[in-house]
Amino acid sequence: MKLQGGKRVGAGRPAGRNAYGEPTVPMRIPQSQVVPIKAFLETCKLADKRFWGSVENILNAAVDSPVVLLPWFSSQVPAGFPSPADDHIEKRLDLNDYLIKQADATFLVTITGLSMRDAGLLPKDVVVVDRSREASVGNIVMAVVDGEFTIKYLGLGDKGNPVLIPANPDFKRIEIKETMQFEIWGVVTGSVRKYL
Amino acid sequence: MASLALVDVNNFYVSCELVFNPKLRGKPVVVLSNNDGCVVSRSSEAKRLGIKVGSPWFEVKKRCHNQGVIALSSNYALYADMSNRVMSILARFAPSCEVYSIDEAFLDLSGFSVKERHGYALSIKHTVLQWTGLPVCVGLGCSKTLAKLANSYAKQHDEHNGVFNLSSLPETVSDTVLKTLSAGDVWGIGRPLAAKLKALGIITAFDLKQASPALLRDQFSVLMARTIAELNGVSCMELEQVSPPRENVSTSRTFGVSVTSLQPLSEALVFYTTRAAEKARRQHALASAVSVYIQTSRFEQHHYASGCHTLALANPTNDSKQLAKISLAILRQIYKPGYRYQKAGVILSGLVPMSVGRQLDLFAVDDTGYRQSQKLMAVFDQINARFGRQTLKLASEGFNTPWQMKQAHKSPSYTTSWKQLLQVD
Repeated sequence: MKLQGGKRVGAGRPAGRNAYGEPTVPMRIPQSQVVPIKAFLETCKLADKRFWGSVENILNAAVDSPVVLLPWFSSQVPAGFPSPADDHIEKRLDLNDYLIKQADATFLVTITGLSMRDAGLLPKDVVVVDRSREASVGNIVMAVVDGEFTIKYLGLGDKGNPVLIPANPDFKRIEIKETMQFEIWGVVTGSVRKYL
Repeated sequence: MASLALVDVNNFYVSCELVFNPKLRGKPVVVLSNNDGCVVSRSSEAKRLGIKVGSPWFEVKKRCHNQGVIALSSNYALYADMSNRVMSILARFAPSCEVYSIDEAFLDLSGFSVKERHGYALSIKHTVLQWTGLPVCVGLGCSKTLAKLANSYAKQHDEHNGVFNLSSLPETVSDTVLKTLSAGDVWGIGRPLAAKLKALGIITAFDLKQASPALLRDQFSVLMARTIAELNGVSCMELEQVSPPRENVSTSRTFGVSVTSLQPLSEALVFYTTRAAEKARRQHALASAVSVYIQTSRFEQHHYASGCHTLALANPTNDSKQLAKISLAILRQIYKPGYRYQKAGVILSGLVPMSVGRQLDLFAVDDTGYRQSQKLMAVFDQINARFGRQTLKLASEGFNTPWQMKQAHKSPSYTTSWKQLLQVD
């Protein structure tokens, strides 16, 4: 009897000698699922069998994968190469950062007189007063003497009493005596002047 | 055991004024409500003179003048800024913090050991005083009600240096403290309730603590039972860290002079409406209804008139222009000529968050009007935020504003206006 056509025993690639390492079967799949299933199969080809997991996991993941926000470069990428400046995005300089440490304890005050002229404080200058700082000798302080505000250098008198020292020879030092009401309201930490 | 602290500023409005005007320290000072209507805050010296909160200014004016009492108009820009500073400082001290009013906040100090709490409360008090110049009292207890009560005790008894802890004491001792406080001192027990309790023989806070919750719940409400539980150290009210969005916003004022014609009344109402619309936009909410009311002075016995009307909106909005139109339409319905109107107000209610979306108008062709109005209002708000309130306004708000508030004795806005900073030589 003459054998024609049909299966030839021993022909073709031995079963299981494919990229997956096990026998495969043909199967119809819905068009919409081609992409995720192909992607799954690609991973199967690459990964060790032990890490395949179940197809379901992969398919479910493909259907309801969570939204992942990707970083968006702020500069345009004309030649597919990101601007080297993207790593160095910084906000614009803000004078508040420069002048103010404790915003909750900081107050602004306008200078009206010339008593601190030689310390660089002129009328209409705005000074930054920080109440959270402990005053030390040598600081410019805003003090209250008998109910009146004054801005002067804080010094120490002969008897260990506080002295308020002006920065202008035309003005007198104020020696604080026990009979006076005295309080340091805050420490002057900076000043601002506008010219125009 | 839980430990809550109530921190509040003593005589808040007056204390804010004293920070910037040290000359007034040690003197009797009062702050008057909007339009210099009545006394709303008193220095301890003014309290000692027997001036009561809520006294109409015209009644006590002469007497205050004779006794050298200094009266100031309220300066809400200053108080709001000082309040924000205090709350921001307090928030540093505890993992959770509920801002309860403009001058008080609850802090959760449960994480600190019983021994540490007193010293910690003292450092809170010290820091707020040093940083802002405002004196505070701190009351501690294992429920909000006890923390409040401890706070009033600290206020009444200077020897405790402004800090009092009800939950660190043995119960017999804390009970003797409760016996010195009246039931009316307890949070949530107002004067009418205190009178009713008195009729039942419940006079002190201790009496209320001992009362039967079941019995009083039937007679009053479940809130009363809750208060009793809280007095017994069972915390029933948690800290509310985020205040729920308000369901309506309103703006109303008493006029500086009474208004007799429609024109100035319209201007005032448009002004109030734009203010309320701004508030709604700040909350990202749309109003579904507009109410307008106008009234004459209560003292006008023969010529008293008041009117109030509400319109529901087919399309919720927060557009100043649209809302102003609606307010004016309502005003024309309720206005009666020949009366001397003294007060007017606008309430925007049924606020819905913009994020929730809105019911579209069945008859509207498309939604571009809404989107354009949102854009316009955003620009409006930005300009006014940058260049100051009222930089851009509706012309119908008028320019002369004769109805504006009386604020004869207002201090400068020391912390919120460049032109009004404290001036020091």
